[in-house]
Amino acid sequence: MDGEFIVNGERLKVSFRPAATLLDILRREGHTEVKEGCREGQCGSCVILLKGRLVNSCQVLAASAMGKEITTVKGLGSLHAPHPIQTAFVEAGAVQCGFCTPGMILASYSLLKKNQNPDEEEIRKALDGNLCRCTGYVKIVDAIKLAARRMRTDE
Amino acid sequence: MNNYSHIGKSIQKIDSLALATGGEKFADDFLLEQALQVVLLYSPVAHAEIVDIDTSRAEKVPGVVDILTYRNVPRVLHSTAGQGYPEPSPYDALLFDRRVRFVGDRVALVAARSEESAREALEKIRVEYRPLEPLFDMKEAMGEDAPRIHVDDEHAKIPTVYEPKRNLCAEVKIGFGDLDGGFAEADYIEEHTYRTQMVSHCAIELHTACACFDERGRLLIISSTQVPFHVRRITSHVLGIPLWMIRVIKPRIGGGFGGKQEVILEPLVAFVAWKHRSPCRIVISRKEVFVSSRTRHAMHIRLKTGMMKDGTITALRMEGLLDSGAYGTHALTVLSNVGAKVLPLFNKIENMEFHGQSVYTTLPVGGAFRGYGATQGYFAFNQQIDMIARRSGQDVLEYIKRWHIKDGETSGVFRALGEGKEGVSQTIMSCRLSECVDQGAAAIGWSEKRGKRIRRAPDVVMGVGVAVAMQGSGIPKIDMASASMKMNEDGSLNLFVGATDIGTGSDTILAQIAAEVLKVPEEKIIVLSSDTDLTPFDTGAYASSTTYISGRAVYKCAIEIRRQLLETASRMLDVEMESLSLEEGRVVDRKSGRTLTCEEIAYYATYTENQFQIQASASHTADQSPPPFIAQFAEVEVDLKTGRVTVNEFVSAVDCGQPINPQLVEGQVEGSVLQGLGYALTEEYVFDSKGKMVNSRFWDYKLFGAPDTPRMRTIIVGSREDSGPFGAKSVGEIAINGPAPAVANAIFDAAGIRLYELPMTPERVWRKLREAVSS
Repeated sequence: MDGEFIVNGERLKVSFRPAATLLDILRREGHTEVKEGCREGQCGSCVILLKGRLVNSCQVLAASAMGKEITTVKGLGSLHAPHPIQTAFVEAGAVQCGFCTPGMILASYSLLKKNQNPDEEEIRKALDGNLCRCTGYVKIVDAIKLAARRMRTDE
Repeated sequence: MNNYSHIGKSIQKIDSLALATGGEKFADDFLLEQALQVVLLYSPVAHAEIVDIDTSRAEKVPGVVDILTYRNVPRVLHSTAGQGYPEPSPYDALLFDRRVRFVGDRVALVAARSEESAREALEKIRVEYRPLEPLFDMKEAMGEDAPRIHVDDEHAKIPTVYEPKRNLCAEVKIGFGDLDGGFAEADYIEEHTYRTQMVSHCAIELHTACACFDERGRLLIISSTQVPFHVRRITSHVLGIPLWMIRVIKPRIGGGFGGKQEVILEPLVAFVAWKHRSPCRIVISRKEVFVSSRTRHAMHIRLKTGMMKDGTITALRMEGLLDSGAYGTHALTVLSNVGAKVLPLFNKIENMEFHGQSVYTTLPVGGAFRGYGATQGYFAFNQQIDMIARRSGQDVLEYIKRWHIKDGETSGVFRALGEGKEGVSQTIMSCRLSECVDQGAAAIGWSEKRGKRIRRAPDVVMGVGVAVAMQGSGIPKIDMASASMKMNEDGSLNLFVGATDIGTGSDTILAQIAAEVLKVPEEKIIVLSSDTDLTPFDTGAYASSTTYISGRAVYKCAIEIRRQLLETASRMLDVEMESLSLEEGRVVDRKSGRTLTCEEIAYYATYTENQFQIQASASHTADQSPPPFIAQFAEVEVDLKTGRVTVNEFVSAVDCGQPINPQLVEGQVEGSVLQGLGYALTEEYVFDSKGKMVNSRFWDYKLFGAPDTPRMRTIIVGSREDSGPFGAKSVGEIAINGPAPAVANAIFDAAGIRLYELPMTPERVWRKLREAVSS
């Protein structure tokens, strides 16, 4: 099949098998910031924003996402112009191995868009679809609190 | 206190912004053009001989390039354990064998131009098996009539007990004092059997490796490994490819925990690449990681203690039975560690024996796992201590503080028991475990909660429990690390280390160590790690060795750089070196007050006169392995109706010497605690009657998620270990030892029941509650 997605604002034309998942295609096309941890929709390493909604890209057929807007962690910010959530993860020590981090940051972004001042329980609930084996989540939760505070005062 | 500028500071992990913005590369992020895709066929039966493999239909699938089985690969016995050489693990594995030894043992490999072709071909391979009797029980496996699992020329590389004819893959026995006399004089005997289960590391990154060629035909392996130098050596041994033709690179790694201390996939991709002169890659699935990589060894530990009424332990015997699974990776050393890392903690026991056996069964293979035997041992030990303190009518905290090893003391166990051989005697020079106990107790509210059985609801009872532990810092006289540095003309430095950052932050703390010696900002230390062509040797990221061993190599290297810097300055200023001091970014002549910036000195050395590069290298091994210490406290609620245990809060107070980077120390502790709580409460391999794991998915194998995670607190109780870099000891493993016993002791405190088996699921707790009611 042939199709087109808009990834981080840029058009991406691709050919793929009908059974290919969005995860397969994104990684094949060099978006390796989208990680594969289980392929079962459980670990959340592969989450992306599809038309602004948080989805596990391993559970979405590429064919069903044609023409749609996709945001990966690279779409939020870059090394030279990081998003406040990315900076907060760094400062709070929420990045250990960093493999779950892109997914965690997108889940945090998705939460903070809906809720600018989440409490601890709301934060933890928002991370329910993302597994981390390194941190015990302590510093990830801290990072989200820090990011929320900064994003509120900036706006 | 000290006056450090870089040590003890929570600087940002040097790779963290690049990780948070998605730019760092993990091992599967290198897009290789035209790479062959490799997939594996696994045994569906627990024990069988392969009578025939028919690959003819599979070979015809378009895109298939090669199919490998025992018939067409070199038959080189080896151990997949990524350990120093000669490995203490037996040589009992082949790339492919005609015998399969567990459900998930590898049978064949398909390499194809696409993953779809490879998977299609996999389906078309026909294997005829002659079933053999499976062995799922350790005691049966050691029985007189039990079938042998390893029948050929498997052997041990080091002098040790290895008897595959009785499925015994390791045995360790040490002791001292008069055990029988000690038990005879005891007022009470406690003797219990503790059972711990098989669990998976569950690093979120899958296991992956790829191989390709550089422009001149040397083989490049990029792998998600904790042990790049062992990967190079073992791949070379198994395939007969000269070591100098292989380069191994470890990029960013998505967690290891011991699971990636194993050389399993690299020889396969190397073989395919070498044979077909083509790049190739493999990524195994989550299910394959569960079943066919490595696990934490399941154990049965029988612990017998004799005690006087006042709590004095008159004798202790620990017997461990370790389920090695189908191969003996780490079976000897994990077994040794069960005693070696646990028994010295209470060093005043005069009569002691440790006897352990590792047994082959037809189950998935055990391996290295954070804690490495200590975790299993401490589950037993800490419960027994809790019982002894209770029986002697003492607060367990006071009991621990009285009996644990102290500064200036030693234990006969250090000398008697090392990793698979005799150990190294050592005297403890930094132990603040008593302070850890006090500070942790205050944080959890011990005195307000212990023994109070507070009820927040009619059927929900609260309790608190404690566990203490030590670990080591590297393997003495075995682990070796090296570092090299060169100074650029602006005074910045390249630091090359073999040390392997698997997400722990070791690149960062090694930069902090160099920065402290050389008084430069950390960002001017440019770290390159774990590339067998470019960086010097390091045994790898295991045995809690990196801070202590690799850190000390960096320290030594930086000291030599400092000497060269001062020597150059002394020539430039025409003064004695002794009158010079290195301060932040500059050298000062104390007599004249004249200064030179490091940049001026480096420019001079590089360009001006008697030019040379300021550069050095250093290696380090240690004669001792100073243990970090920890006291961990759990507050739990037990639902008396359902058996459900909820951990409300978990406190860890750790003595890891001088913390190099407190935030990274906390990260290691918190991650270990949560992994330990999974071990305590939810995680286990479930097998059907044929030995097949039935819960090899995150849906069915429960890791803690953010919503279930209790409040966690980490208290760093600093001490100073003079043999470590700036007083540091290790911290990567120790905190996984306490959660299971602390929770078990808290359950007892709440509900008066003892859980001798992990995980402590609602069902197991409920059964114990029911037994307690009926008795």
